[in-house]
Amino acid sequence: MGRTLAEKVWEQHVVRRADGEPDLLYIDLHLIHEVTSPQAFDGLRMAGRTVRRPDLTIATEDHNVPTVLGPISDPVSRTQVETLRKNAAEFGIRLHPMGDAGQGVVHIIGPQFGLTQPGMTIVCGDSHTSTHGAFGGIAFGIGTSEVEHVLATQTLPAYRPKTMAIEVTGELPVGVTAKDLILAIIAKIGTSGGQGYIVEYRGEAVRKLSMEGRMTVCNMSIEAGARAGMIAPDETTFAYLKGRPHAPADEAWDAAVEYWKSLRTDDDAVFDKVVEIDASTLTPFVTWGTNPGQGAPLGSAVPSPEEFDDPIERSAAERALEYMGLTAGTPLCEVPVDTVFVGSCTNGRLEDLRAAADILRGRTVVTRTLIVPGSMLVKKAAEEEGLDQVFKDAGAEWREAGCSMCLGMNPDTLKPGERSASTSNRNFEGRQGKGGRTHLVSPQVAAATAVTGKLTAPADLA
Amino acid sequence: MEAFTTHTGRAVPLRRSNVDTDQIIPAVWLKQVSRTGFENGLFAAWREDPSFILNNPAYQGASILLSGPDFGTGSSREHAVWALQQYGFRVVIAARFGDIFRNNSTKMGLLPVILPSEVVERLQAAAEADPTVEITVDLAEREVRLGSESWSFEIDDYTRWRLMEGLDDIGLTLRHADDVAVYENGRQPWLPTTV
Ligand code: SF4
Repeated sequence: MGRTLAEKVWEQHVVRRADGEPDLLYIDLHLIHEVTSPQAFDGLRMAGRTVRRPDLTIATEDHNVPTVLGPISDPVSRTQVETLRKNAAEFGIRLHPMGDAGQGVVHIIGPQFGLTQPGMTIVCGDSHTSTHGAFGGIAFGIGTSEVEHVLATQTLPAYRPKTMAIEVTGELPVGVTAKDLILAIIAKIGTSGGQGYIVEYRGEAVRKLSMEGRMTVCNMSIEAGARAGMIAPDETTFAYLKGRPHAPADEAWDAAVEYWKSLRTDDDAVFDKVVEIDASTLTPFVTWGTNPGQGAPLGSAVPSPEEFDDPIERSAAERALEYMGLTAGTPLCEVPVDTVFVGSCTNGRLEDLRAAADILRGRTVVTRTLIVPGSMLVKKAAEEEGLDQVFKDAGAEWREAGCSMCLGMNPDTLKPGERSASTSNRNFEGRQGKGGRTHLVSPQVAAATAVTGKLTAPADLA
Repeated sequence: MEAFTTHTGRAVPLRRSNVDTDQIIPAVWLKQVSRTGFENGLFAAWREDPSFILNNPAYQGASILLSGPDFGTGSSREHAVWALQQYGFRVVIAARFGDIFRNNSTKMGLLPVILPSEVVERLQAAAEADPTVEITVDLAEREVRLGSESWSFEIDDYTRWRLMEGLDDIGLTLRHADDVAVYENGRQPWLPTTV
């Protein structure tokens, strides 16, 4: 019987397999940031251990960094960042600190350097590590104990998750983005739909996505509960990688591409679960609640809790509407927004900024609007195209690279009761600042919303 | 890691679903570089509400958390596990868990027990009716007991063994350092390094 892509990549990385034990899996790339690593390095020191493969490890500063120039004013944040610097120096790990040309959100910098390649195993103490699966590897988030484990051994003991295919049939209509697709998938299968699975996104609509779009989709796999998300590599993948600093070159490139081409699910392989979704019926999507599964088409209304048959979902909806300050039946396009955030590892890449700029060009924003490039290289590229000027002319703020308003760990936060349209990935209570209310949207919807002050699809702009 | 064989204690019924790790410990608490002091951050936003269940004096000292489904979804922050343990919890019982949270728990010796929703609700009702009622979680027998009732739960043999012995994963893996070295010699030559 044939094998799925996930099975092929997994098998390639099994160091040791024994009855009744998890597989010992080799890790090709370990990404590190300041938040989930300090206790892991402490653990190494306490046990007198060292980092086995600093040359397969890379660190960046992202979660705590302010996105305006200047030092970190919060002393606790500063200590955390300084701790990473000390640890990286002590253990010989490459670090991209604030202000460095290569600094950025951890899941943006791996792909941009060409470190993220097909068929690899990639981990990071961060649940959105699933982003890297867009290149056809297995990439997943881990906790601090596992970070320490990977530092010490370059391996992880793990049971292979089950496999799920999400078959996206049809084509995405014009104006409907990768973000709308993944929000619709999560709304369909729920926040636990992917629990215990590695998801492979398949089908024509997925093949047509750019690498940036594929990363947006895989990024939010965790929001559907999945351990990882992946997309088989193809010419789009190879074209993205070619010439990047850490991509193979010359003969090694040819050998790599030949192998990468074998990284696809065999025709006779069987998935543990298959879900189908018709892309051609999709429209711009937004979330109305406090988990990413609580989403709906922007053209619809805030649902009533009575619409949910399951009592647990019903009470979750009731709670969410109360927290979000929304009334059932209100058209989503009438929900007023005070803050717009374009950025994060979901939608902080050049293509996302271009999409937002296309809408803001020649228009003026009426909300506080933060445009935050995912990395310093994205920032530089955007400025070379003049996107920064488009944003500034529209009245938006053009910032330095970082996680920014994706989570309330740095100065960019919502105040209690403030409402955002955000291109990030989590609408949890307080995620963007205590009491803040988050609507997850695509960069296009975010930009259109900034122009009107209400949740707006670009097609509805005058 | 502290070994876990069997635990008997009082329980807190948390009637919420999708309790993501941002709720268990909000992001501002993640700036600490130590492993201790997270108990005050546990459910920090919710605890500001005086009617929140953890603020009810009747449940002080409880060591088992009974949650609605999908506990520990979202962020991979292990701080969520540390906060629960440092507050005094040894077990969380729910119908479903976020994968990463469940993994993190078993690395730290916090036992995540999966039971069907009806059973969790039965336990929640019992703890609501009488906050002093005691529940036993027996890892050796893979069983949860309340009075004369009992329910079995599943956990793989390896994880159960590791928890019962209180073993550290890294030490176990380092026994196989030779296998790792052999594997490393056979890796594809084009794979990238960060140097
Ligand atoms: S941008 Fe948001 S989701 Fe991505 S790594 Fe930063 S905080 Fe996490």
